[in-house]
Amino acid sequence: MLEGIKKIFGGSKDEGAPKVEEKVEAAPETPVETAPAEETKAASAKPRIGYIHLSGCTGDAMSLTENYDILSTVLTEMVDIVYGQTLVDLWIHGTYAEEMPEMDLCLIEGSVCLQDEHSVHELLEARKKSGLICAFGSCAMTGCFTTFARGGQQAQPKHESFAPISSLVKVDCALPGCPVAPEMIAKTVVALCNGDMEYLQPAIDKAACNAGCGCDVLTGIIRQGLCSGCGTCALACPTRAMGFTEGRPSCDRDRCIKCGTCYTMCPRAWLPIKRIKEDTGL
Amino acid sequence: MVLGTYKEAISARSTDSKILDVSQDGGIVSALLCYALDEGIIEGAVVAGTPDEDWRPIPTVVTSSDEVIAAAGTKYSMSPTLAALKEATRQYGLEKLGVVATPCQVQGLRKAQAYPFSRFVADKIKLIVGIYCMENFPMASLDTFATAKLGFDSLTDATKMDIGKGKFWLTKDGEDTGLAIKETHGYEQAGCNICMDYVAEWADVSTGSVGSPDGWSTVLTRTDDGETVFKAAVDAGLIETKPMDEVKPGLGLLEKLAKGKKDKNGKEREKRAQMGLPLPVEY
Repeated sequence: MLEGIKKIFGGSKDEGAPKVEEKVEAAPETPVETAPAEETKAASAKPRIGYIHLSGCTGDAMSLTENYDILSTVLTEMVDIVYGQTLVDLWIHGTYAEEMPEMDLCLIEGSVCLQDEHSVHELLEARKKSGLICAFGSCAMTGCFTTFARGGQQAQPKHESFAPISSLVKVDCALPGCPVAPEMIAKTVVALCNGDMEYLQPAIDKAACNAGCGCDVLTGIIRQGLCSGCGTCALACPTRAMGFTEGRPSCDRDRCIKCGTCYTMCPRAWLPIKRIKEDTGL
Repeated sequence: MVLGTYKEAISARSTDSKILDVSQDGGIVSALLCYALDEGIIEGAVVAGTPDEDWRPIPTVVTSSDEVIAAAGTKYSMSPTLAALKEATRQYGLEKLGVVATPCQVQGLRKAQAYPFSRFVADKIKLIVGIYCMENFPMASLDTFATAKLGFDSLTDATKMDIGKGKFWLTKDGEDTGLAIKETHGYEQAGCNICMDYVAEWADVSTGSVGSPDGWSTVLTRTDDGETVFKAAVDAGLIETKPMDEVKPGLGLLEKLAKGKKDKNGKEREKRAQMGLPLPVEY
């Protein structure tokens, strides 16, 4: 995968104001002037990425860092992280950033607390400043387990409503998972760098989904007469809420954290036929 | 192609009497798993076992030939086998896994590989053995066949269950009793009615009885991995083969049934679409 990513960016040129060492690193990889075809268009400048951490457990960021093998390449050679409290110590409410920079893509982890003015402001601002907004992880996409928050706790007793970010802003793509699986992040990064919109299409179509729950399997699959009892949803469930009774998934709602992974992985919800054929050669 | 992409179609059976004693047909699934386990190609596999011997399939993790053989034989009800991948990767900590999967399960597996939303599972799947599948029955349907239609006191009295030669067969006290397949229509699970895949088109290697003589199986090798394992098992003497064009009833029957499923369920899909009911979104 690393080679693949390098290849994609090997021929690219930084149009903006590149950092010198990066340019040097990229240079040896530059083959004979790659034809400036459509493929290279997406890679012609390093995408400017922001990472906003709203209300979540940082699990998605940790999942991102689990891609040890490609992470340093991604961070140093392929993208510019231009905004983010954790990754580049920039936060519009803090000391070092008066203003949020322009971004091509902003990953948002965590749900938005409607009573937290900073979160709401940061999210709305991100929508203005970023070309694309990605709900990164189930908290941002569906609210996930923050859905169960009820407030009444220190240090902010009033903080009780933790909503999917799509309830406040238009979301362009969504990656569910509690946390998002590291491999899924890697594959998405590769697709993004490739401008492989086909691969991203399911995530784009899921952008506005904020209803992730074991119930989706019930209403969207079983009740529609689509379930084959294959077991993928139980495999998907990170909390083992999904059991099986008489060949059908049965969601233990006390365990379900509303991450939506079960429905996302169900082959009867959507099936990437073209991709599977390409991957397997079948 | 009505049988999907495949490299070779071949009639085959296990050479191991321990496998043939318990296998549904040619014992190909068991032979492949045993070989792959012994050779370290996989460290374990998830299969549909029926530990209580009551025909109720239970997803089972197997890590030895004995366990493979204990789980051998077709179960005609739903097994959420893929759920056991979780156990295999998390509790057992297995890094290289085989899966015995129906066509719908192969779809789930391939989707999980293409879109690995479940962390560190899909990358551990090394061998997918697909089994031919026309449809699957709820346990209550199997009970109905046994008790109401064939006069058994209980489904558990049956020592063998099979579908072939146009009939659904139950064996009791060494005697086979058959129920015409059309008597089973309407008892299959609804989800099977929209499935277009009879021969597990995305498996590494697919197998089932149709097309080969009694006691033999028809094998379709599909991916490089599937072909390699199958050929190696043949070379190791664990599987004997016959050219497909030398056996009766031959590949034509398999093609006919595969096409029949696509035609029939294609109509069901059209009907659903007309009624405004959803189908899986295809990308």
